[in-house]
Amino acid sequence: MMRFLLLFSRQGKLRLQKWFTPMSDREKKKIIRDMTTMVLARQPRSCNFLHWKDLKIIYKRYASLYFCLAVENQENELLALEVIHRYVELLDKYFGNVCELDIIFNFEKAYFILDEFLMGGEIQETSKQIVNRSIEASDMLQEDDSSEWYEVELFG
Amino acid sequence: MPAPIRLRELIRTIRTARTQAEEREMIQKECAAIRSSFREEDNTYRCRNVAKLLYMHMLGYPAHFGQLECLKLIASQKFTDKRIGYLGAMLLLDERQDVHLLMTNCIKNDLNHSTQYVQGLALCTLGCMGSSEMCRDLAGEVEKLLKTSNSYLRKKAALCAVHVIRKVPELMEMFLPATKNLLSEKNHGVLHTSVVLLTEMCERSPDMLAHFRKNEKLVPQLVRILKNLIMSGYSPEHDVSGISDPFLQVRILRLLRILGKSDDDSSEAMNDILAQVATNTETSKNVGNAILYETVLTIMDIKSESGLRVLAINILGRFLLNNDKNIRYVALTSLLKTVQTDHNAVQRHRSTIVDCLKDLDVSIKRRAMELSFALVNGNNIRGMMKELLYFLDSCDPEFKADCASGVFLAAEKYAPSKRWHIDTIMRVLTTAGSYVRDDSVPNLIQLITNSVEMHAYTVQRLYKALLDDISQQPLVQVASWCIGEYGDLLVSGQCEEEEPIQVTEDEVLDVLEGLLVSNLSTPVTRGYSLTAIMKLSTRFSSVNRIKKVVSIYGSSIDVELQQRAVEYNALFKKYDHMRPALLERMPIMEKTATNGPTEIVQTNGETEPSVVEPKHPPPVTQPTSQANDLLDLLGGNDVVPVIQTTMPTKPASAGGELLDLLGDLSLSGGPAPAPAPSVPSSQPSFLLDGLSSQPLFNDIAAAGIPPMTAYNKNGLKIEFTFERANPNPNIAVITIHASNSTEADMTDFVFQAAVPKTFQLQLLSPSSNIVPAINQGTVTQVIRVLNPQKQQLRMRIKLTYTHKGSAVQDLAEVNNFPPQSWQ
Repeated sequence: MMRFLLLFSRQGKLRLQKWFTPMSDREKKKIIRDMTTMVLARQPRSCNFLHWKDLKIIYKRYASLYFCLAVENQENELLALEVIHRYVELLDKYFGNVCELDIIFNFEKAYFILDEFLMGGEIQETSKQIVNRSIEASDMLQEDDSSEWYEVELFG
Repeated sequence: MPAPIRLRELIRTIRTARTQAEEREMIQKECAAIRSSFREEDNTYRCRNVAKLLYMHMLGYPAHFGQLECLKLIASQKFTDKRIGYLGAMLLLDERQDVHLLMTNCIKNDLNHSTQYVQGLALCTLGCMGSSEMCRDLAGEVEKLLKTSNSYLRKKAALCAVHVIRKVPELMEMFLPATKNLLSEKNHGVLHTSVVLLTEMCERSPDMLAHFRKNEKLVPQLVRILKNLIMSGYSPEHDVSGISDPFLQVRILRLLRILGKSDDDSSEAMNDILAQVATNTETSKNVGNAILYETVLTIMDIKSESGLRVLAINILGRFLLNNDKNIRYVALTSLLKTVQTDHNAVQRHRSTIVDCLKDLDVSIKRRAMELSFALVNGNNIRGMMKELLYFLDSCDPEFKADCASGVFLAAEKYAPSKRWHIDTIMRVLTTAGSYVRDDSVPNLIQLITNSVEMHAYTVQRLYKALLDDISQQPLVQVASWCIGEYGDLLVSGQCEEEEPIQVTEDEVLDVLEGLLVSNLSTPVTRGYSLTAIMKLSTRFSSVNRIKKVVSIYGSSIDVELQQRAVEYNALFKKYDHMRPALLERMPIMEKTATNGPTEIVQTNGETEPSVVEPKHPPPVTQPTSQANDLLDLLGGNDVVPVIQTTMPTKPASAGGELLDLLGDLSLSGGPAPAPAPSVPSSQPSFLLDGLSSQPLFNDIAAAGIPPMTAYNKNGLKIEFTFERANPNPNIAVITIHASNSTEADMTDFVFQAAVPKTFQLQLLSPSSNIVPAINQGTVTQVIRVLNPQKQQLRMRIKLTYTHKGSAVQDLAEVNNFPPQSWQ
């Protein structure tokens, strides 16, 4: 199972945090500090795997963002790299050539997409298209909310 | 009140802040606005405000006042509200706050909502942060949804069930019926999450595992699915670099691993498919290698046939040659796991593994080092050690300690010759001397002592190393010890193994004295060199020089050095006749476990002590038999007898942990009992307390613990007085006062004591062996008891004396210790 996923910039600013086990705020802050320090200190051409406490940390840099995924010891690290890559692809499809600013200004959308892809520390859906379709449909429901015409259509 | 600013607006504004203080100010202002908006119970803008709060929370600012608002959003009818509300719940709430339970009802309603996306939100939230109470309440709903035909909901329900099982394992049974036809789904999402659910159940319960193996025939189903994935053509929906749904493949392989472990039938059933995956998977991209990696792990874990295992190891071997660092890393990790079981197969890749020691990546180097040590055996020891020593030279400091320990271990197990062994140790000490572990010094000393024929060679090499560099303490300590022991061989130029060097006694003493004054030497090292100088007094002829050095240090500020010097001085002055015997060569020592902790030794003179002991003058046998008797008579398995410490010095102390035991220097008149072997103990704090000897203990009244009568029979009365005059509260200092009310003296009086195993006892010398008649005087003796567990103090005592011509012996148990003495 995955334990947490963090996205942070090259300056160590947090852009997204998803925790799959309950933890106190203090613990979370400490982990964020540890992860950013560890990952940002890595040499450019090192391997993408680290050991931290009893977890494996898989990280990958995409442009100005670091994606940092912590998994339990029996997980497959190479597949974890694919998980990170799939998430980036999903974001890319949704935002169209995603960049860090997209994630900053639309962080809630990034979370929604993540919640269609992963759940409870496991992969929920392996098909890109299905995840995208679910997000689009949910977005449409949001549109319906703000439309004044909704009720009229229903009864009209 | 104006409408609260939009989320994007806020983000833009905050990003313009140039300092942390400016940002904080903006945030505080906005928080205040949000708070008042919340107070007004504004439904329209609640969603916007909570979203802003979530952003500020991500920046690290407190947002707990928004928790209840999230709940209100969840209860709203609008999808937008629910979306943000559930997100807020997942970010701001967790099972530690009681507030979260208020969500339960909303979630329950939403699980039955008409819109699947709302149901999805509820399932997601429950599956991410549901507490045990929530899970218990809602498990039924989840189970219902697990049986729905809506694949969107079914996959979410499956993962939600996984979470429920993790939180409340007892509920696992209730999901069993729903799993029946999960694997007949076509939808990959459902398939994947179902495999996860089945994996979770099998991992948690051996009964479930057995059930799935036998009754459900899970293995054939999984094999079939996996086969379809591999054989089927291109499927755009699930394709990743030419491979069809690698996530699902890996998950199935993992479940197969669990099913096949320790089960022959299952393992056989999956043999073919594993071979197929292993040979057909495309390896040009990371994706293919991820699947191969999982396959290898599965093959190694189940009861696979040998051909398959060899295939797996070869895959790992190919991984080692891959350009991709990640793959090399993963290969090394897996090989480390299999090296025990498939040692020979892994040996074939030894040269590649050793090459990885030179890799630039730190993680790879560490794995390669661990694996290299695992591969060392009698055949390859020379070659491997060359590589490993080279690695030790050039590696980062973080590796040096582990590498040095590994080298010592390997050298001890497989050394082809004693000379090679000593050379290897020398190499480690000179290159990584400051990183070796503390216990290697005594181990090395032991090794050197036992290689009798190499003494000359060893001391010569160590001497030469000292001339080069005195900064590495372990090296210096071992070298000083050896020079102390074998200095005569050094000076006489007797080396056979290599060209003997010419060195005079004065040069040797110069070096040792240099160590004493150098700033680089630690106190422990100084102790070693002083003792070494002392030992040379019986091996060298320049005794006067040594006497001078020793007397100088009699006033050293360092208490340890001072003590040693004072004792050595005493040896010169009063006990010169004993000096040669005391400073003799060390005998061959017993081997201890190389990396075990130095044991606390409580000898009874009978067993060979496991750490160094100086050779004592011949009459050692007498106390041994006394000790034996003590053991016999006191019987019982829970008492450990202790020998009195009578001899003044233990001049040589090998091993940094052994501090000299100092007994009473002034032996009062009367025949002292034959010198007994001292009790070496490696509890420095205990002994350090004892370094300032007798005079302290005369202060009786200190602790205010009442004295007690321990024994009173046949005219012999023994009283115990207590005190705790030292900084260690676990040590009780007891002084016994023996008095004799009869009209004849009691001569040859010996007092012995034993305590239960959780205690440690130290007896110091008695004031006398004669208890004068008619209470004309008392014999006093000090007992020190270490009681770390603060248990009730009990003691068994044995008294022997001669009275009116006949020998008297008595045993007694002392149980009436006042509580203050051991609390």
